Amino acid sequence: MTGLDVIGLTAERASSMLQARDCTAVELASAYLERIELYDGDVHGYLHVDAERTLVDAAAQDAAGTTGLAGVPIAYKDLLSTKGVPTTAGSKILEGFMPLEDADVVARGKAAGLVSLGKTNLDEFAMGSSTEHSAYGPTRNPWDLTRVPGGSSGGSAAVVAAGLAPWSLGTDTGGSIRQPAAFCGLVGLMPTYGTVPRFGVVAFACSLEQVGPITLTVRDAALLQQIIAGASERDATCTGPREPIVVPTAGRLDGITFGVPWAELEEGVEPGIRARFDRSLQIARDLGAEIVDVELPYARHGLAAYYVIAPAEASANLSRFDGVRYGLRVDAPDVRSMYEATRDAGFGPEVKRRIMIGTYVLSAGYHDAYYLQAQRVRTLIRRDFDAAFASVDAILSPTAPTTAFEFGARLDDPLAMYANDIFTLPVNLAGVPALSLPNGLVEGLPSSLQIIGPSHSENLLFRLGAAFEEAHGFDPVPPLLRGGSS
Amino acid sequence: MSVRRIELTTDEVRHVAALARLGLDDAEIERLGFELQSILGHVATISALPIADVPPTAHALDVSVELRPDVARAGLTREQALANAPDPTPDGFRVPPIGS
Amino acid sequence: MSVAWQKDGYEAVIGLEIHVQLNTHSKMFCSCPNRFGDDPNTNVCMVCLAHPGAMPVANAEAVRQSARVGLALGCRIPPHSEFSRKQYFYPDSPKAYQISQYDQPLCAEGLFRVPGNDGFEVRLTRAHLEEDAAKMIHAGGEGGRISGSAGSIVDFNRVGTPLLEIVTEPDIRSPEDARRLLTLLRATVVAIGASDCDMEKGSLRADANVSIRPIGATEYGTKTELKNMNSFRFLERGIEAELERQLEIVRGGGMVEQETLHFDPASGSLASLRSKEQAHDYRYFPEPDLLLVHQDEVVLAELRATLPELPVARYERLVAAGLPDATALALAIDSELAAYLDALATHLNDLKIAANWTMGEFSAHLNSSGLSAAASPVTPARLGALVALVMAGTINQTAAKEVFAALVDDPAATADGIVGERNLATVGGDDELGAIIDAVLAAHPDEVEAFRGGREQVIGFLVGQCMKQSGGRADAKALQSLLRARLAS
Ligand SMILES: [Mg+2]
Ligand SMILES: [Zn+2]
Repeated sequence: MTGLDVIGLTAERASSMLQARDCTAVELASAYLERIELYDGDVHGYLHVDAERTLVDAAAQDAAGTTGLAGVPIAYKDLLSTKGVPTTAGSKILEGFMPLEDADVVARGKAAGLVSLGKTNLDEFAMGSSTEHSAYGPTRNPWDLTRVPGGSSGGSAAVVAAGLAPWSLGTDTGGSIRQPAAFCGLVGLMPTYGTVPRFGVVAFACSLEQVGPITLTVRDAALLQQIIAGASERDATCTGPREPIVVPTAGRLDGITFGVPWAELEEGVEPGIRARFDRSLQIARDLGAEIVDVELPYARHGLAAYYVIAPAEASANLSRFDGVRYGLRVDAPDVRSMYEATRDAGFGPEVKRRIMIGTYVLSAGYHDAYYLQAQRVRTLIRRDFDAAFASVDAILSPTAPTTAFEFGARLDDPLAMYANDIFTLPVNLAGVPALSLPNGLVEGLPSSLQIIGPSHSENLLFRLGAAFEEAHGFDPVPPLLRGGSS
Repeated sequence: MSVRRIELTTDEVRHVAALARLGLDDAEIERLGFELQSILGHVATISALPIADVPPTAHALDVSVELRPDVARAGLTREQALANAPDPTPDGFRVPPIGS
Repeated sequence: MSVAWQKDGYEAVIGLEIHVQLNTHSKMFCSCPNRFGDDPNTNVCMVCLAHPGAMPVANAEAVRQSARVGLALGCRIPPHSEFSRKQYFYPDSPKAYQISQYDQPLCAEGLFRVPGNDGFEVRLTRAHLEEDAAKMIHAGGEGGRISGSAGSIVDFNRVGTPLLEIVTEPDIRSPEDARRLLTLLRATVVAIGASDCDMEKGSLRADANVSIRPIGATEYGTKTELKNMNSFRFLERGIEAELERQLEIVRGGGMVEQETLHFDPASGSLASLRSKEQAHDYRYFPEPDLLLVHQDEVVLAELRATLPELPVARYERLVAAGLPDATALALAIDSELAAYLDALATHLNDLKIAANWTMGEFSAHLNSSGLSAAASPVTPARLGALVALVMAGTINQTAAKEVFAALVDDPAATADGIVGERNLATVGGDDELGAIIDAVLAAHPDEVEAFRGGREQVIGFLVGQCMKQSGGRADAKALQSLLRARLAS
């Protein structure tokens, strides 16, 4: 035992400990590795941990003399390519696959001296909202091990909530960072589209997704965003942030106008969630903000538009898994049957479902009625947000309409599962940033507040988030851990 | 959640699976057919919207694409290229016969 | 007027789909070298192999060259174009989709003219930028034939090579016109330096859409697609064979079926090819990893202004200068020979005489030596000096041939030098010629009598004798007039 207690330890605090020489990067990494050893059997947040390699990396940081965030550990969603380290995307079809390059965000993490603890669990190819669709078994929610951590970045959220990593990176295509952050009582950011490079991120739906931080605090989220955001010559859609990311300090909200899309909150929001949301509005007013009603008339069509556009892109993105150049191959007498056998054996049910939807909506005769129409709805949703941001600084909603649900609760009802992302999907369709942060507990489970801003308003979101965070005084450490630790 | 009735014949489902190169057995075809009907039944609610005049959004950003200067750089060694191959030959990737 | 193919009341309706590999340094969507003939799978990267997370980044030079070709072919270049995914499963397509262009191509509709006495115009539908597929080596299979092969090995070196696909409307009316169009189009692309268009290396590939219809009909018949005609001759022969095949079918009261055919030059026969995507449902949609490509009007204007002289323009210049149609056409499609001609013409400052020598003596020398115009030892300057001597009457045609041969044999020799050494200058001086004439007349009194008696033709014999005496160096014209003068006296 290192005797180092890392429960609830923020990356920011860890870095100051390192710089004050209160601990070394190796001690820090060891502390997390020990906890992983002890508790990840229950949580199953990690798909791959290489303790030896982690300690070697940490030692290298100690040797180099830790400055900034160097030496701070991190966990990466297993959708992010890591050179020479298995990357599965939670799928059998990529079992044993060794990327030849790091994803840009991973390379930037390395450049900043972050030490990887391992690769975290996810819904296969990031398709899901519970991490139950991982081919390697589900991840459990540290707040209640009988419940899902959310998804698709469920592993990245669970390991941070369980004190198995100080922070992590996830990806968000329709809520896959914000919803698990919400279910696990954490901070999650969906960055403005085109500010974080996607090179090396196993693609699900290219026009919708970004990589973003999952952290214990808003300040940590800003610190991690500082590392990963920026243009890349390997991603033609990534031009980086318009202004440098600033780490916020909590303050008042005088002069801020929040919009609330009341009409969208009428259906399907659990009473407890609604109550917490109303309370956060009161907090906003107390801090000097004004709350007004905003209309997002097409947001309610976001779910339908999303489940045309995302599967359409996914169906093409997943066609490369054909058993020829890498990954699983099921042998067969001719190429076509080899493709069909390989893909049948390699993909799980949810992935097949989405490939089928995507193939259907792009196929001859349906393309216009589904795909083209969904793109028109996307245009209207973007216009909705543009119009809203002409009159408000940011939009508030719950991140998810429910708290973490029990395993299997929605597994047999895809639509019910999809519906859990009702508040997060429109954000991806519009390409604007959104910050999710804890909003108190409902029956012992975290609820969450989503702050949506106009494109490139990350700094505003961080500032607003910090204000709520301080006012809430939320303790992100699940009671279970207090019991389980020391 | 509003829903429209969508009918999918087994043959249609098989056709889509064939396009996607998914070798599904009859049970999967039946299950997916059922699920597709319910999911498409919901997404089809947008196909009725009177928005034919609205320009579709295909790209997340309206700016012009970043182009790359025409500079050649060495890529992977053949060993690296073949490292993940399920059925490599000394210099390439083997695939079964194209067949008929 | 074009050369129409018409038989038994049917006419040919032909459109071409031409793929041109652009000669950029790097590939279309990655930085791998765009190079032909390397060891298999040595010019590949994550993008080439479609590894998870690999992303395409478009090559600026490929976009620029495509725009230049489009401008040269008279296409409209829209303010923005879009890349799309064309989906099909096949081992030569690592992503199982080809990044191509769909409804917003880089080059929109154009009009391309094949000049000449039987010239014609063809509407271009579009020219779009896309990526080439990988190469499959078919164990057991032959030359791209696929059926019955015992498995294949995929080489991804070629994947991602920038391809410009040029699509014509079905405005071509004969196999010969198809060949002539492709020839001039190739010359145009080569002239602007966008590609070497080498059909043997596959940097120029042409597919043909072929159908027949009753002469005068306005709607099209069912078309078939011909692939793999990897030479101009094969293109013409393949289309010819397919037209005959279709005519046979309709003659027998049958119906032509839409299919893809593979021309086998060896047997001259056409085999039906299995299509890549049975359902032919490519499920196109915009490539989300690439945003729209915007074209700057100023840049386009600059590209247009800096295009070199194009074959069609050259043809018109040469015809205007008085060259025969065939000569102008031949030079229009042969930039190198045309450049030689222009250089020679500036030395002589007479384009017509320069053309005679370029197409005559010089071309003959190229054919026999197998050299290219640029590689020939007979530079425009050296030939220019020779032709100048002829024009000045210093040497006659017979001597000129000898001098030309000497210029070929000895790259160091000059025309004047050879004429001097071999004493080839024409004998023109009256006294010298006079002496020869006196000798000949004295030697042939009977012929002189006969001439004076009115037998005109005898003059030929006497000229011949004098020429013989002069060792072939006499100026024939001067000799004639001098001889007549003597006989008259
Ligand atoms: Mg093509
Ligand atoms: Zn490459």
